[in-house]
Amino acid sequence: MATVIMQGIGLASVFSSANCKILHPGSRRTLPERRVGFFVIRSDGSLPSVLNGDKNRRGGLTTNATKQEKATTSTASNPGHEVLLFEALREGLEEEMDRDPNVCVMGEDVGHYGGSYKVTKGLATKYGDLRVLDTPIAENSFTGMAIGAAMTGLRPIVEGMNMGFLLLAFNQISNNCGMLHYTSGGQFKIPVVIRGPGGVGKQLGAEHSQRLESYFQSIPGIQMVACSTPYNAKGLMKAAIRSDNPVILFEHVLLYNIKERIPDEEYILNLEEAEMVRKGEHATILTYSRMRYHVMQAAKTLVNKGYDPEVIDIRSLKPFDLHTIGNSVKKTHRVLIVEECMRTGGIGASLTASINENFHDYLDAPILCLSSQDVPTPYAGVLEEWTVVQPAQIVAAFEQLCQ
Amino acid sequence: MNLLRNILKSRIESGFYHALISNHYNSPLLAKTHASHSCVSRFESTKAKQHARLCNHEEEDCDLNNFQGLDFPGGRVAFTTQMKFISEYPEKRIPCYRVLDDDGYLVANSMYEQVNKETAVKMYENMVTLQVLDTIFYEAQRQGRLSFYLTSTGEEAINIATAAALMPDDVVLPQYREPGILLWRGFTVQEFANQCFGTKDDCGKGRQMPIHYGSKKLNYITVSSPIATQLPQAAGVAYSLKMDKKKACAVAFTGDGATSEGDFHAGLNFAAVMEAPVMFICRNNGWAISTPITEQFRSDGVVIKGQAYGIRSIRVDGNDALAVYSAIRAAREMVIREQRPILVEALTYRVGHHSTSDDSTKYRPPQEIDHWRTARSPLRRFRKWVQRNGWWTDREEDELRGRVRKQVLSAIQVAEKMEKPSLTELFSDVYHETPSILNEQEKSLRETIKRHPQDFPVDVPL
Repeated sequence: MATVIMQGIGLASVFSSANCKILHPGSRRTLPERRVGFFVIRSDGSLPSVLNGDKNRRGGLTTNATKQEKATTSTASNPGHEVLLFEALREGLEEEMDRDPNVCVMGEDVGHYGGSYKVTKGLATKYGDLRVLDTPIAENSFTGMAIGAAMTGLRPIVEGMNMGFLLLAFNQISNNCGMLHYTSGGQFKIPVVIRGPGGVGKQLGAEHSQRLESYFQSIPGIQMVACSTPYNAKGLMKAAIRSDNPVILFEHVLLYNIKERIPDEEYILNLEEAEMVRKGEHATILTYSRMRYHVMQAAKTLVNKGYDPEVIDIRSLKPFDLHTIGNSVKKTHRVLIVEECMRTGGIGASLTASINENFHDYLDAPILCLSSQDVPTPYAGVLEEWTVVQPAQIVAAFEQLCQ
Repeated sequence: MNLLRNILKSRIESGFYHALISNHYNSPLLAKTHASHSCVSRFESTKAKQHARLCNHEEEDCDLNNFQGLDFPGGRVAFTTQMKFISEYPEKRIPCYRVLDDDGYLVANSMYEQVNKETAVKMYENMVTLQVLDTIFYEAQRQGRLSFYLTSTGEEAINIATAAALMPDDVVLPQYREPGILLWRGFTVQEFANQCFGTKDDCGKGRQMPIHYGSKKLNYITVSSPIATQLPQAAGVAYSLKMDKKKACAVAFTGDGATSEGDFHAGLNFAAVMEAPVMFICRNNGWAISTPITEQFRSDGVVIKGQAYGIRSIRVDGNDALAVYSAIRAAREMVIREQRPILVEALTYRVGHHSTSDDSTKYRPPQEIDHWRTARSPLRRFRKWVQRNGWWTDREEDELRGRVRKQVLSAIQVAEKMEKPSLTELFSDVYHETPSILNEQEKSLRETIKRHPQDFPVDVPL
């Protein structure tokens, strides 16, 4: 039941760009309310539905971490608590496992070992080793297993030790995960979450530096989101678990130790929304995951040079939040995309095509896209650094765009 | 130690038989092999240490008091100074369990589960219905009325006897040659036709190829074309049933070809490690399109692979309905009580072509096909047994076949004339709720259709 409870401590200022979603009252088998339970809702009081574009994004609690340059998005007025990104993921996971007994986790070393990045630490002790399941090394298998479990009522979360390993699960993800809801005529639903660290790390070698969002973006039937801060990590994790669609949550190997103060109250973010990181007038920079930090660093330099960049963390990789992006393009008329994917066939490529198609008339200049080269990521540190877009390049590209 | 040796011997040699003797599990040396776990913990995989594979019963100095073994991860293992390679092929092939002979006579001293008249007649009727359905649909494809079809001819006993031995709560993950399970559980002939013709009444909403049936109501997961993908999923379904503590199991089917897929290895390994209540049924029908089993694997069939994964297994005559029924019943009971997987290899023959896109006379002799279609037909065999019990007559046979034939023909006619699913169904169910981007694409498509109505088929409602 959807009673509106708003606490009077200026909630609006606490959360970033946050079109926080009401916790769906009608969820299956919800456990009784947790003790810390303020439901944060939108000020227009509407119940946003899952994937229904336009209705969701107007007004409401849009605010502004854009005021801050740093990654942190909360103000000092609310106590909150400080967490590292991997802890935020764990919090989100734990809250959902408390709330719904059907939520379970499976993957390699997630049980008593606590996960390679400690995201599931302590959960096996708390929920038992059946609900936090250690699997043999067979990605295709445990992804398939998650799909089978999901079709019969569970809500599994699959952890890939590294996103690159999920290439072995591509068959299950593409042919079954994305398709079975459709081919069964809607009879079987697949509410899985597939998550894990990806992206270029610090000298992990080519096979462990994959950007799987490029390969997966074409698969019909799945949703993809990328988290970048502890705040959005927890919110997206919870939203992904509650979604009835299969969701792939991309984390980044180098972001697990980012620290931020997040609210004590329960909150969920909208899976299909982008995050306005910094409002500006001159040009829009679209980015996601780790590149957000490179962009913000570049933004500092740009501001010192007198520019006013608008920075949007797109978060939702499939589908794109064309509403937020569109509004920004209509305002600034220039777009710079900064991504970690390869030039060919990456998220940037699709985003470029999408913006050109939809907002061509609003562009004053061709879209500039900064991506990694089409090379396997070398091991040597210096070479690796040169395959990833650096702040200096972002500054140069932005200046070029604004001429 | 004689006791130990004898238990081991009987366990190994009598395969299936021993499993029905519950005394066996009280042996102190074979502790905890049967515990059905009611708690969520499953970290009891130190069974390997306790398991009485301590020594090969043929070793001379197999004496537990003087045990000299090696303590490696995975458990203790006796050592030997004689370098001996395990043969690539067993001395004797694993025997095949059967109960009715080729003429439908019960073989003396057979161990089997008795079937009453009602069940036996229902089984036989369903086998006939399946056969008639297959024949007519196949012909319909040949006449150009259907785009594609795949028969289960020759495997009716596996289909129906298994279905009869399971319970409605057991979740079935088919490969594609098991429509008989649906038939037994109540899928109507019209519903089969609707799926094959992709009509608006198809519960799959016309999205899949013919024979890719699925029914949530009947606990039958929609067929997915890639081979063996359902095996890891079966482990997941079983995991779900285990969490819910349901008295049901997952049943996954494969063919002989699918055992070569990586998913077969992973799925079985998983189920064993996870102690998941899955029954793996492999229909070894001798052919994977044109690949005979001699080119598929070099092992003694599929049953022998069970032990490699720590899975109890049995080989059964897939054309003997009574044997299949008994074996599946016993297996199911073990799967659920002991919460462990079981592998059943049903030997049979694929009488039909792989599908309507195949002509198997190109790679196998027509006489061979004919032999299996007639002399070794599972229907013929079972019918003889049923009739000899006084439960069936020739007249009833003719009447049944005539009735079913009419039913199927009429279902086809109805399905042919029926409307196709509406255009909306092209875009729905991709996601749980249709997203705006798909709504836009639908709008764009509708506009195109409005502009060029003559290019749009008439039997698809907008």
